[in-house]
Order: sequence, then structure tokens, then C-alpha cells
Amino acid sequence: MSVTTASDGIKDIHTPLTDADAASLKAGDRVRITGVIYTARDAAHGRLFPLIEKGEKLPIDVRGQIIYYTGPSPARPGEVVGSIGPTTASRMDTYTPALLKLGLKGTIAKGYRSQAVKDALKQHKAVYFGSIGGAGAVLSRFVKKLEVVAYEDLGTEAIRRLEVEGFPAIVLNDCHGGDLYQDGQKAYAREDP
Amino acid sequence: MRDIHTSAITDAVKKLCMDANWYLEPDMLQAFDRALQTERSAAGKQVLQILKDNAAMARERRIPYCQDTGMVVCFVELGQDVHITGGALYDAINEGVGQGYTEGYLRASVARSPFDRVNTGNNTPAVIHVDVVPGAELKIMIMTKGGGCENRSKYKMLTPADGIPGVKDWVIECVKMAGPDACPPLVLGVGIGGTFEKSAILSKKALFRPLGSPNPDPQLDVLEKELLDKANRLGIGPQGYGGDTTAFGIHILTYPCHITSLPVAVTIECHAHRHKEVTL
Ligand code: SF4
Repeated sequence: MSVTTASDGIKDIHTPLTDADAASLKAGDRVRITGVIYTARDAAHGRLFPLIEKGEKLPIDVRGQIIYYTGPSPARPGEVVGSIGPTTASRMDTYTPALLKLGLKGTIAKGYRSQAVKDALKQHKAVYFGSIGGAGAVLSRFVKKLEVVAYEDLGTEAIRRLEVEGFPAIVLNDCHGGDLYQDGQKAYAREDP
Repeated sequence: MRDIHTSAITDAVKKLCMDANWYLEPDMLQAFDRALQTERSAAGKQVLQILKDNAAMARERRIPYCQDTGMVVCFVELGQDVHITGGALYDAINEGVGQGYTEGYLRASVARSPFDRVNTGNNTPAVIHVDVVPGAELKIMIMTKGGGCENRSKYKMLTPADGIPGVKDWVIECVKMAGPDACPPLVLGVGIGGTFEKSAILSKKALFRPLGSPNPDPQLDVLEKELLDKANRLGIGPQGYGGDTTAFGIHILTYPCHITSLPVAVTIECHAHRHKEVTL
């Protein structure tokens, strides 16, 4: 089991994840992620997708893994990474179900997902996490190691392998249909006076 | 005639780009503090606090507040008694952007063509708007415009009959459509009137007014406050996790328009509202 609840109520997650791990997470859960995660965004997904369609091997094995949709800013000399917050998830929606089908267990980003992605989360037991958009400086502190593992020519959009420690996130969509955006926003909506 | 050498323009733009990305402007920091007083949602408060910490950390380490260091939108007010020497104004600005982004460890986020998507490598070119104004000064205003929020910017041609109620409905509709994708709390620039392109440019320029300052037009000021209140009743909240702080401000600029038209452009800007200006 790679999900445990700490005394502060936050769930500690160690990658990789199993179906049971994914199923134990509920929308609204605050989590800390430790272990390896991969980065990929528009351009990298654009290259992965044709490989999946042709049934070819991907440059990373996504089974049990988490992909963080981000394109970090360059590291200053001696630092691991620059700023590294999430990008908008919806641009990856066309690609996500195919990756979940291959066994990807989580994505980290910000913003609404399509119904097709939410359905695929249920079907393949996976989780959509949110990290705080625009908090890239703070989030960089949780990245201990970074290595480009594919598509170096894509610059910030290359696939990177990150080793993270206690990376803070929140469950936005779980595999039971739970949706933090929906619940949270409903609770605070007020009528015009 | 006053001579201004292009090297001074390049140096100024370079510094503006780096400073804008590392040091969030005081008007934004004050907006965080104001919102922390009023936000009811615990999750929302936490997001606001983290964003404040993020600004402090970016400043201290001189790293970008947000990794999306944006496409540079540059407004220039060129005094008509200024004579630019040493080269072309646009080249000088782009040179400054290239230097600032490379030397400042800022992310290159510009594709050379909308179709082949090859990164230009130094975040050039900028989007440049030049206004010629009286005087012998050169004012340069830059905004480093993030893609997540820019992608939610919208335009609608209303009819004169739609009037102010139509404008209100459209602006609020834009806030709803932006949602969490645009990293709320948002700042909205609204350009009303002119033509199709004029309203869009006004919607960008409106964002340079310091946040929290009143609109100089009292009627527009009332409208802005009403819209802000409506936006913050939607419940979207910081990051869309639910809460009272969906937008920090809504700024309106208007221009005369054709008797048949009511163009309304809405630029969606996020809490990483990085704007700086300098006068040479
Ligand atoms: S919308 Fe703004 S805060 Fe969010 S990722 Fe883009 S630039 Fe950063």
C-alpha cells in the first residue's frame, strides 16, 4: 500500500501507485507525493500519442506512474530546477484516456477535465491531482532531482523524470466520480443581492 | 528633438522582463492581503497564503513567480519629439526580451509559427503596440502574459440594444468560462467600444492600471465594482477550489464606436499579473 494518512490528515503517497491506492483517494484529499514522477505537456503528448496508436513502445513506462503537466523554467546554476507549477490540463484531454488505458495512475495539473477523462479515471482506476497554478517557485522546493529522459529537443516540453519529496497536491477528480471543483464551488456560490 | 539610443531601450526592456517575473508588483501583493481578510473558504485562504509565500520565494531566489513566464506584451508611448538612434525600435525591444529571458533564467515560451510550433528559444518576438504621444519621453510598459489565462480571453460583438446589461452578462460569462483553467484569482481587462481590434487592445491596456485604484470615470468605476462583486459571488474561488475570491479586479477602458456596434473584449489575466513600466 503506497498511500498512508499522516497525523496531520494529509495522505502520503509513494509512487508507483496500484489500483487499490488510486481507489483509496477521494476528491478533496490533500496529499504529499514522494518518489518518481514524470513531466509531459502538449508537445511530448503529441509525440507519445502516435506511438500509442501504432502500439509501439513509449520512451517511459507509464504503468503505475504519475505524469505532471508542466514545463519548468530553466534552473539557475547549482539549482535543481527553476519554477515548476502546473499547466492547464484540458489541452491534454484528447491524449489522457489512452495513457490511462496503458496503466497511468495519475496526472497532476490544474483546471477542468473533459467528461471523457473523468470516465476514463473511473474505468481505469486513476486520479487527477491539482497542484497550485502559479506557485511554481514554492513547488520547485519539493523537486530533489531532475533528468531529461526523452525529447530533449522540445526544451521545456521535454519529458523529465523528477524525484520529488512531499510534493503537495489535492485530489481534484477521483475514480469514484468525485469532483472537488464541483463540490467546492457549489458551497461558496451566492445569489446576487 | 531628444535622442534616445536603442541600447537604452534594450537595457530597459531586459530589466523589465526579469523584474516582472521575479518580483510581483506591490498592487498584487496588497490584493493577496485584502483577500486573506475576506475569504471564507479555508482551502481558498490556504491557496492565497501559498501564493504570497510563492511571491516571497521568487523574489528571494530570483526565480520566476510562475514557470510560465509568458509572451511579452509591450505597450510603448513614444513622444513625438523623440528621435530613436542606433537602429530600429522593434528590434531593440526584442533584443531586450531575448537578453532578459536568457540571462534571467526565464522560460522560452514562444513558437516561431502557429503551425510548426518550433520554440524560438529566447521568448522573442514580443507583441508590440506603439502609440505616438506629445512630448519627448519614451514610456515602455510590459506585461508577461501567461498562456493558461490568455487562452481563456474572449471577444463578443454585442448590439447597441444589448447595452450595459449585455456587457455585464458577457463579462460574467467570461469569468465562468475561465474557471480554474486560468488560475484564479483573476484580473480582468475589459475593452468596450472601438472596433474589433481596438477593443482587444484596450482590454490589454486596461490591465496596466494599478489594481485597487479607482477607474477615473465614476460611471465605469461603479460598473467595475458591480462586476467584481458578481464575479466573486460565483463561488469559483482561489484555484477554483471554491471560495469568495474569484477575481481581484476588473478594469474597463472604453472608446467611441460605430452606431451599429458594441464590441466587448475580455482579456483574462491570472494572479501572476506581471506588469512593469519605465519612462526613458
Ligand atoms: S495562468 Fe498564470 S499563474 Fe497560471 S500557469 Fe499560466 S501564467 Fe502561471
